[in-house]
Amino acid sequence: MATLTLDRPQAATPRPERDARRRRSVLGTIVLYVVLIAAAAVIMLPFFWMVTSSLKTNNQVFTVPIQWFPDPVVWSNYVDIWAKSDMSTWLRNTLILSVTVTFLQVFTGSFAAYGFSKMRFPGRDVLFLAYIGTIAVPWQAYMIPQFILMSRFGLSNTLWAIIALQAFGAFGVFLMKQYYDSIPEELSEAARIDGLSEYSIWRRIVLPLSGPAVATLTLLTFVNTWNDYLGPLIYLRDRDLWTIQIGLKTFVSQYNAEYALIMTGSVLSVLPIAIIFMLGQRYFVQGIATAGLKG
Amino acid sequence: MATTVAPAPTRAPRQRPPGSRLKLRNTFIGWTFILPNFIGFAVLTLVPVLILFYLAFTSWNVFGAAEWVGLENFQDLITDRTFHTALRNTGYYALMHIPLTLAVSLGLALLLNTKLRGVAFFRTVAFFPYITSIVAIAVVWNMLFSPETGPVNQFLMALGIDNPPGWTTSTTWAMPAVALVSTWRDMGYYMLLFLAGLQAIPGELYEAARVDGANKIQRFWNVTVPSLRPTTFFVTVMLTIASFKIFDLILVMTDGGPGTATLVLSQYIYRKGFEEQQFGYASAVAIVLFVICITVTVFQFLINKRRDR
Repeated sequence: MATLTLDRPQAATPRPERDARRRRSVLGTIVLYVVLIAAAAVIMLPFFWMVTSSLKTNNQVFTVPIQWFPDPVVWSNYVDIWAKSDMSTWLRNTLILSVTVTFLQVFTGSFAAYGFSKMRFPGRDVLFLAYIGTIAVPWQAYMIPQFILMSRFGLSNTLWAIIALQAFGAFGVFLMKQYYDSIPEELSEAARIDGLSEYSIWRRIVLPLSGPAVATLTLLTFVNTWNDYLGPLIYLRDRDLWTIQIGLKTFVSQYNAEYALIMTGSVLSVLPIAIIFMLGQRYFVQGIATAGLKG
Repeated sequence: MATTVAPAPTRAPRQRPPGSRLKLRNTFIGWTFILPNFIGFAVLTLVPVLILFYLAFTSWNVFGAAEWVGLENFQDLITDRTFHTALRNTGYYALMHIPLTLAVSLGLALLLNTKLRGVAFFRTVAFFPYITSIVAIAVVWNMLFSPETGPVNQFLMALGIDNPPGWTTSTTWAMPAVALVSTWRDMGYYMLLFLAGLQAIPGELYEAARVDGANKIQRFWNVTVPSLRPTTFFVTVMLTIASFKIFDLILVMTDGGPGTATLVLSQYIYRKGFEEQQFGYASAVAIVLFVICITVTVFQFLINKRRDR
């Protein structure tokens, strides 16, 4: 499993003192490991249960006492679910939405962030305040007027509705701007003297320097779009537009006694996210740390 | 969408030479950067927020036009018992979820703020629930919580608790069950924020405290807690807003039930708006949610500012 790293370099303590402290804390270290392993086990238990249940026969899911490991291992659940549900449609829709939304959010967000961070023009700060202000407003508060607008535009019951809904969030602009602010102004200034246009400075200097922020925004947006339930619930009525979340929820109510299959579907809905997370989490953590802590 | 970020002091770009043509050019270029995002943002966020304030004073179902009714919706809210229940439930959920998540995520962060080998693995584990889908975890936890043969109750019975709670099927235990699950889901995210806050505390502060003879507990209260204050403030604001808009998890786990035991504000807005098509009335409820969130944010912001002085 990939791992999260987030450590500042530590100043070396003088040797004798360090040795003494280390000897004293061997017991402490063992206790700490035991606590950590116990905590990790408790946190991961629901996932463990989900995966093992997805490989059980239906009546093995709830037994007294709990059967921890499937016997026999029912791999066929993973074949059956494709026949019993529209899993491929749901996954395809969700993937289309997540990729499009993420691209738009990262592109327009980082582009706008450059305007807010590196350009100076009248009204800039007031405008930015409007962005920040809406972050504190819960989406549930304005989802109704938004729905009415989208319906007027003829976007409801299309995948475009979800794209429009998710792609232009204030959040992306904000996160990117936080990061851009930490890039020294001298860099852009030097590039300006060399005759680069503002667009080139954004593309060739500022954007390449903001890897962790881009990775964070990419992951958060992708994960949020993938996992969004309420947006698709409101906007996507046709079955062939459903996303994995809506599909899974419907599947659960339809086959509410097929416990093993329900767990199989759940695993499939989590798997892509787990993979993406493991690929990118190294940057991700760094990005959240930078973005979250300047306040 | 999850929000992570706290306002940072903007660093002013270097002063440019005066000249109105240059200024005009800069304004133009600045806008071209912002526009692709701003158009979407303005049409789909700013305008809806403004329309909300109009809708709340109208009576409107899908058929027909919006009719101005003044304060009528808000007067109805005063006597609407379901609304009171939703408001109370939301507060109850927040009262459980905020302190619990604060404690657990801070505890995890303290535990994981070491140089131990493999500590990064444990951080990943703690963060993992946060990125998994609401529907999947709601379904899994519902099964884990199932009253008869669910693993949670089997465990409790093995501990000698003869009459374990019915969890999501019980009016008393449904909300605590939801709060537990959402704490489990969210703690990794807030842990990460705390962890970054802990990493930002200069090691010399601890060294100095140690020299002064402060023990572990004294160092925690006199160095860690004060240094973490900006992080704690930020996490509390974020947690509060997140608690007041809780919705998806409840919708999938309990659908507001049993009865109205877990009905919350967001869900009431959804019901009135999208199920009963009373857009005006639902907007009035939404205004209440809006006002609560803004008030809480401003209030916490003021407290933080006062303590800063």
